[in-house]
Parts: sequence; C-alpha cells; structure tokens
Amino acid sequence: MTGVVIVGAGLGGLRAAESLRSHGFTGAITIVGDEPHLPYNRPPLSKEALKGGVDVSGLEFRRKAVVDDVTWRLGSPAVGCDLDAQTVTLSDGAAVHFDGLVIATGIRPRDLSIPGPRAGRFFLRDAADAAAFRERLTPGARLLILGAGFIGCEVAATARGLGCEVDVVTMDAAPMLRPLGAELGAAMRRRHEAHGVRFHTGRTVAEFLGETGVTGARLDDGTTLDCDVVLEAVGSVPNTEWLVGSGLDLADGVLVDDTMRASGTAVPVVAVGDVARYAHTLFDASPRRVEHWNLPTETGKRAGATLASLLAGEPVPTTAFTPMPSFWSDQYDHKLQSFGLPGLADEVVIASGEPDGSCVAEYRRGGTLVGVIGIDATSALVPYRAALMAG
Amino acid sequence: MSITVTVDMTKCQHYGQCCFEAPTVFELDAEGKLQVLQHEVDESLRDEVEAAADVCPMQAITLS
Repeated sequence: MTGVVIVGAGLGGLRAAESLRSHGFTGAITIVGDEPHLPYNRPPLSKEALKGGVDVSGLEFRRKAVVDDVTWRLGSPAVGCDLDAQTVTLSDGAAVHFDGLVIATGIRPRDLSIPGPRAGRFFLRDAADAAAFRERLTPGARLLILGAGFIGCEVAATARGLGCEVDVVTMDAAPMLRPLGAELGAAMRRRHEAHGVRFHTGRTVAEFLGETGVTGARLDDGTTLDCDVVLEAVGSVPNTEWLVGSGLDLADGVLVDDTMRASGTAVPVVAVGDVARYAHTLFDASPRRVEHWNLPTETGKRAGATLASLLAGEPVPTTAFTPMPSFWSDQYDHKLQSFGLPGLADEVVIASGEPDGSCVAEYRRGGTLVGVIGIDATSALVPYRAALMAG
Repeated sequence: MSITVTVDMTKCQHYGQCCFEAPTVFELDAEGKLQVLQHEVDESLRDEVEAAADVCPMQAITLS
C-alpha cells in the first residue's frame, strides 16, 4: 500500500494529513512527532495556559474523523532522511519507508549559547518548556526576558499578572520592532511600562551570573541585573538538521514552490508551516519563511492536495495559492491583530485612532499597502484584509 | 442533515478569522463582537464551517 510519512506532529502536520484524506488519498499515513503529545495549540503557552497552568489535553486540536486511522509515532523524532531510499530514520533507530513525505518539523527557539549557569534559564516552545517555566513564575520572582518579540512581550504581560518582577532586554530600540515599526512598538512599550515592566533596549546579555543557578545577568554595557529566572526568546531556527545531505534546499527552512512541493528532488516531498520557505505572491516573488499561526493550516491544506495528486499520478493543483498571513497577540487587556506582511513596509501611517489608544496602522512599501495592524480595533481591519487580498 | 455550530464564548476573543471563511455563518458586529448568524447550518456549507473552525486561533468553534 502507498504510504505517506508526515514528520512533525503539530498543526501543519495534522492539517496535511486531513487534506490528504479529503483529496482522496487512501493509503497509510504515519505521523512522527518528537513530543509525546497529539497536535496541540501552542500560542496559549505564553498566555492563558502559562497563567492558569499547562494542561496539554485541553489544548489538543480537534482532529477530523478522516484521520482516525493515522499511525502516530510520538516521542521519536526523525534524525535522518534518505530521499533515494525513501526512508526516514527515527531516533529509536527505526527506518520508516515512504512513497510521499511531508516535512512539518517547525522551528525551535534560537540558543545564543550565552555563557553562565544553565539552571533557571528557559526557552519556550513546547508544553514541557511551559510547564517547567511556569513553576518558577511565583509571586515576587524576578524574571529577566531576553528578546522583545511577541513571545517575550506576551510572557512579560503574563508574568506581571502572576506577580513577577519583569526586566526585558532587547537589542532593538522598541519591543516587536520588526513587525510593528517604531511608533506602535513604542506605544506597546508604554503599555508594558505602565504595568511595571522595565525595558533595557539596545542591549544584550553578555553573561549570566550565578554559581549553580542563574542569579543575575551582565549586559553588554557592563550593567548587571539581578534575576531568579530567565526566558530566552530571541527568535527561532527551522528544524532541518535531519534533512542535511538529502539534497533539498535548506538555506532557511525548506524551499518549496507554490504547491508546497520541495525543490531539488523528483521524489514526492512537500513542506508545510513554519519550516517551509515559499513566495507569498500577494506581496512579491521572494521566498520567505513566515511564522504566523494561520499558515500551517493554509500550507498544510495545499500540501495535502499536492501530495495526493502526485501519488495518484495526477496533475498538481494550478489554482493560485495566496494565503493571507495573519497574527494576533494578547498583552494585558489589549489585542493586536495583523493582516499581510507589515515587516516589509518602508512607511507606516496611522490611519485612525492613536497608538496609545485603539488604532489602525497601514504598512506600505513603495506606496502600496503590504500590511495592516490594529490595536483593539479588530472589526476595522476587515476592509483592509479585503484590499490586501485584492493585491 | 445539518451541522450544529457552537462557539465557546468563554474562549472566543473576537478575532473574526472565522468570518472570512464562512461569512454567512459568522460576523463581527459594529462593536467587534462575534455574532453567529446561523447555529444550524446546511450540509452544503460544511467546507466553509470546517475551515472556520480550523482557523480559529482560540479553537473555540465546535461542529456536531
């Protein structure tokens, strides 16, 4: 029987499996995951699940009945891939044969390998990370967050709600600078500062201090900060090490075309979600990895259609693939929401409201709208999304 | 056969992603609050409401 192996048991892998079935693939599907859990929703790990306590079963995605017959190989990450032999090697030594392969291994937090003690330092990617980190967020605990992206800022807000002292250290001039731009970034900084968060901008940590566990940090300007617990949230790297030597283009994630098919091999291979690099043709032709939550679903559905066609010997879909990137973030009682790719903009215009209250900001490149961000202005974004979809 | 659409309003954060997938079923009102326009949805809209449930960031939509 024809078999598909999906490497990665997150949202993208699940959606790819569902899509294979809905596009008529009746062969065997095996989903390989490094964690022991069925696919679950990660964004709450920096927000409500971190605040209330991590219960993975409550975060599991609804799984459609069509994937009830999938074989799950959880807790056994892929460590290698041979495209000629069409096998994936797992950490337990097993070699799993595939006719078609879905790459859905996602990303992990970047480790800057900063010197100093390891105990008390955390990354936040999966439920186990969140559960261990949560235990340290006791009232009065001094938390140092390195990085002021969405995860760093969401955790800062959550930790203040839990009664922690929070220092945020970032190389940038403002939190969430790349997606939000300077003006909205500064406005979000003021909101955090009003809740007692201290920012140290233009700085990084040179060294963590302490004998057995972290007790402080020395910044690159020599300043020292006391802390009891550290979150390192300075971006992500794609999980592609298991594909090294396979012949795929792994320059930054896995390069795929607009059907999600991987370049550089005749074997049916697709990639989905955070690990996939592809052109977002609503904006331009440059392949990009975009780590927004809605894209594993969009790319998973597309990839399932492609792979089902390839394995059936039929033409792959030729309809345009124009997913709309979208992110959202909850910080305190504020909601940020975005459509498009605001990070591409060379100009930001506050279209309505003002950044310290509710507002809508337009992000333009060469005069063309490439993104929109609202702060507490969800319904006002609806016409902008339509304009972005129209290209 | 119809599909029963239920939104857990203790989870819903009114992001409105569902409205783009199934505009005849979900709508944001003028105050930005999610309104479910039809709770019993015809089978012909299954793909749309499935997609709406899939894209909910809070996973607040259930279909039965």
